[in-house]
Amino acid sequence: MSRRSPGTPPSVQPLGRSRWLTVHGVMTYLFLYLPIVILVIFSFNVSRYVGVWRGFTLQWYRALFANEAIGAALRNSLIVAAASAFIATVLGTMVAIGLERYRFRLRAFVDALLYLPIIIPDIAMAVMLLLFFVLSRISLGLWTIIIAHVAFNISYVALVVRARLAYFDVSLEEAAQDLYADEWQTFRRVTLPLLMPGIIGGALLAFTLSLDDFVITFFVAGPGATTLPLRVYSMIKLGVTPEINALSALMLVISIVLVLASTLLAERRVG
Amino acid sequence: MPEYAVELRGVSKSFGPVVAVHDVTLAVREGEFFALLGPSGCGKTTTLRLIAGFEQPTSGEIYIAGQPQREIPPYRRPVNTVFQNYALFPHMTVYENVAFGLQMQRVPRAEIRRRVEEALEMVRLPGLEDRRPRELSGGQQQRVALARALVNRPRVLLLDEPLGALDQKLRKAMQLELKALQHRVGITFIYVTHDQEEALTMSDRIAVMNQGRVLQVGTPEEVYERPADRFVADFIGETNLLEGLVTEVQADRATVRVNGTLTLQVGATEGIATGQAVAVAIRPEKIALHSQPPGPYAIPGVVHEVVYSGADIRYLVRLTDQTLIQVRLQNMGNGSTPHFPREERVYLTWRPDAARLLTA
Repeated sequence: MSRRSPGTPPSVQPLGRSRWLTVHGVMTYLFLYLPIVILVIFSFNVSRYVGVWRGFTLQWYRALFANEAIGAALRNSLIVAAASAFIATVLGTMVAIGLERYRFRLRAFVDALLYLPIIIPDIAMAVMLLLFFVLSRISLGLWTIIIAHVAFNISYVALVVRARLAYFDVSLEEAAQDLYADEWQTFRRVTLPLLMPGIIGGALLAFTLSLDDFVITFFVAGPGATTLPLRVYSMIKLGVTPEINALSALMLVISIVLVLASTLLAERRVG
Repeated sequence: MPEYAVELRGVSKSFGPVVAVHDVTLAVREGEFFALLGPSGCGKTTTLRLIAGFEQPTSGEIYIAGQPQREIPPYRRPVNTVFQNYALFPHMTVYENVAFGLQMQRVPRAEIRRRVEEALEMVRLPGLEDRRPRELSGGQQQRVALARALVNRPRVLLLDEPLGALDQKLRKAMQLELKALQHRVGITFIYVTHDQEEALTMSDRIAVMNQGRVLQVGTPEEVYERPADRFVADFIGETNLLEGLVTEVQADRATVRVNGTLTLQVGATEGIATGQAVAVAIRPEKIALHSQPPGPYAIPGVVHEVVYSGADIRYLVRLTDQTLIQVRLQNMGNGSTPHFPREERVYLTWRPDAARLLTA
């Protein structure tokens, strides 16, 4: 950055002049998105092998939908993602409000503790959760996956909701109380609707994180409780098939739709 | 019907070691336009928040319509607030904002519709029901905030610097409109402001606050003409404060020696004793300037500075003891206002009752 005297606005380089910046930008985007584009293209390839284009087909998608093992895994994944996102969103939102609005003993400690699941490596979290389930004699299954996902998702939801709370104008809640709304009505009519973009954002983040978690799920999944990432992993051991490409392409579409939906919702609700 | 709409008895509020409101006793009459006036940080907003119920007093008791308010939450108090930043609900339309209080009180739908329309008409804002607050100008938001509070027909309306965010011209217009509105609805207004001119023009009575204490309560005329102490004299309007010692007390006037050289005659001597340290307060517009001494009590000086400010001409006059005195002469039109150039010798006079002796 060039030096400038305080008070003068930063000079903006005309885009055309900094060719290197353009090249750098294009390269970055290529690096990020080229593999994805190739993956999507080859999910429509007649040939089994990546790298040789033999014509367009939807047969891999048909095979995917016919594959009952994948269907069952997808169902499991959706159940786990929906359940853990829902529970984590409720709990995470409550934690965020509690930490942001109330002063209590050990608040700083609880605050720090909340972010531990984000910081510590997945593998450590996975081992700890497995030990916890074994020691408390909880048999592994879909429920243990859900509990494990709730455990890390609470932190993410709380983080997102707190970011929104930090900008919350407390006088809006006072205005509601001034207008005869009791604590619960104030929460339901004013606080909650205004926090909604943050809560939905947190829920979608939790859903996505749950959907693609592998390490923790791998440790705490019981027999028969196979999620999509676990199924894909076991399939890929036998080689990458266009079926997996097709599955990835579908997941891509789903996540894009989710992100778009959350963005649109957020814009509409901010008011 | 109780005599007072709001009464504070010995109310104090501390935030940790900071005393925001110190032993405030006030009584606001039914239907009164009552201003809490003071510089920022004087405790006026905290006082308002105590009445609204957003804060609980550390000690003392607050009565609204004769009822003690201890432990009563804001949503059960018969008061409504117009917030400084308006605090309109951004996720609701203008209609929903104004209807909120009535919905919470479970007023029937048809009546809500009627009263909301009425309230929006009262603040001259019909036709904007479906807008969101962010789509409105500052002045319009201000009116919505007013309508949202008034629609509930509160016992008392609390206003926290409601015109603070508006530009000068709109501010002046809204001052008159608010005053007219208050007359029309007959609701008690408690109005927080740091603008002494605003308080003087709008209020029936003013409580002047500083450092958490109420220094004086009175009509605009009382606080302007008979300020209780140096702070009030200085804060409300402009004033010349001359520190001195009382040298002689007669039946209706006292003689004060300022800076050892200047001798002033001041009326109203109740409770004044010889030898007492006092301040003589004299308003700039109550001083007359002469080029020749009109009598033995005229005080000589030299014009130090002249400022032309449209409606009046301000002089800074240096007295023989180097004290600077502000003088304001009304600009009566070409020729009829005497003009004194810089460094010209002048003589100051005022009526003995125009100067005030302040002991506090």
